Amino acid sequence: MTNSITIFKREMISYFYSPIAYIVIAVFLLSSGYFFARILALSQQATLMYSLANTQVILSILAPVITMRLLSEEVKSGTIEMLMTAPVTDFEVVFGKFLAALCLYLVMLAPTLLYVVFLGWVGDPDMGPIISSYIGLALMGAMFVSIGLLMSALTRNQIVAGVLGIVTLVILFYLGFAVSGTEGWYVPVLQYVGTYDHWEPFTKGLVDTKDVIYYVSITVLCLFITIRTLESSKWR
Amino acid sequence: MIQVDHLSKRFGDKTAVDDISFRVHEGEILGFLGPNGAGKSTTMRILTGFLPATSGTARVAGYDVFSDSLNVRKQIGYLPENVPLYLDMRVNEYLTFRAQLKGVPKKDRRARIQEALEKCGVVEVQNQIVGTLSKGYRQRVGLADTMVHDPKILILDEPTIGLDPNQIRQVRALIKELGKKHTILLSTHILPEVEMICGRVIIIDRGKLVAIDTPGNLTSKLRGGATIHLEAKGPLGRIKAGLEGIPGVLKVKGEDESVALSGARTKTHHFVLETDKGRDVREEVFNAFVENKWVLLGMKKEAVTLEEVFHQITTREAEETAEPLPPGEGPAPKGGIKETVSGLIKKIKA
Repeated sequence: MTNSITIFKREMISYFYSPIAYIVIAVFLLSSGYFFARILALSQQATLMYSLANTQVILSILAPVITMRLLSEEVKSGTIEMLMTAPVTDFEVVFGKFLAALCLYLVMLAPTLLYVVFLGWVGDPDMGPIISSYIGLALMGAMFVSIGLLMSALTRNQIVAGVLGIVTLVILFYLGFAVSGTEGWYVPVLQYVGTYDHWEPFTKGLVDTKDVIYYVSITVLCLFITIRTLESSKWR
Repeated sequence: MIQVDHLSKRFGDKTAVDDISFRVHEGEILGFLGPNGAGKSTTMRILTGFLPATSGTARVAGYDVFSDSLNVRKQIGYLPENVPLYLDMRVNEYLTFRAQLKGVPKKDRRARIQEALEKCGVVEVQNQIVGTLSKGYRQRVGLADTMVHDPKILILDEPTIGLDPNQIRQVRALIKELGKKHTILLSTHILPEVEMICGRVIIIDRGKLVAIDTPGNLTSKLRGGATIHLEAKGPLGRIKAGLEGIPGVLKVKGEDESVALSGARTKTHHFVLETDKGRDVREEVFNAFVENKWVLLGMKKEAVTLEEVFHQITTREAEETAEPLPPGEGPAPKGGIKETVSGLIKKIKA
């Protein structure tokens, strides 16, 4: 675990030495701030529910940007050879990188707490749904980041990794909508696989075990496949 | 320290390493010599646990490189070819990261990093970003990284490639210095390097191990085939006969030449002697000239360099099939070095 922390620290250094952390955070705050202001002006309600519901699409795009270079760059520049010949396990490497990406994701979300402060100033927000929303955002972030990390393990080109991640997350987001209104055995399956139906309850103040399990299990699955991909790259 | 037994590695149907066995003893500097693509890097990657072998076993410091990879990796400092570093970090940040990763205890970390910085001569750039450093400095940062956790074994893949002559000299001196404390396996295709720093040499070609010996032995085994060039004045036929009579001289080739001697063109002869293995006949040659009152204008012995050994050994295939030699026979009386080399290879193989 200490090795994961070491790798985590290196990745954080790397994030903030490159422009990527600043760009991602700026883009996120610009767009989420815009949604927050517009929706607040229109609805006149002291709630984050509607604006946070919108952030999911932004996060689907930004999370893979955070993760895209984590493994692909190591392979492309050859530093993977230095990394994997140090006494670290594949799990420690993947987990450390996952933690770093998740941490940057949370850092990116942190300034939105100001919106909550602002709501408390102009109105009397119900804190329940706001807290559950942040729990949901963190869980969703873990899943998004793990999917992005997996894509980064699959290719040595970070742009390809980013695009694959965005496409996957956007498809998962629209999956639930795409089948709504139709009928068939696949409708509940796709709605369960899609991300939106699991996210919405959080914005309403509902922390459902079903949704928590969904996010956690996909995260674990993706991390597992990432570790396996890293291992298998030796045999290719 | 390192035991390699019948190690093979195939990529698809291409065999990169073919049934290699060797030992690296504690405290020695072993050179891994071979042309590009001979399988040096692949072997090193297997030893460091980065690649699995197709068959065969390798043990480093008593641990199997495949089943006990983590323990192996704790014992080695590895410098891959082209020295991949994180270009966005500062030198001391990078070394701190590597020291942590390699499990250097916190209390020793600063001292270890300081020592590595000093030994590798990168103290003055320790606050620079790796990406802004020249190739030579990066190489030395890579070397500092290999030694930061004070490993028993250093595995260096072409440590002097891409450096300028001064840097090469510094890095070689550093490796020699490190060799006092560590067991070192280094690969190169630069021969003087091997002669200068290595205690023993492995020559590898197309995945196969073709020779393993000290640089001195490798060259002296061939030195028997050395040639001596003579420049002389006197009766050509008699000198030739006289030279052929000297024990140890295998073959004499003489031809007329004319040089400008004391202003006038004089007829001289140029002789090429091929001598027996491990025998220096220059004294006898000189005495023969003195006795017969022939004039000796010049004598030059052409020593076989490791460069030639390497060239001969790694391009041997064609020659070997073209001029088969019965095993056990010494250098053939005709043809000179080539036969000697294929004889040597036969001996090495036997």
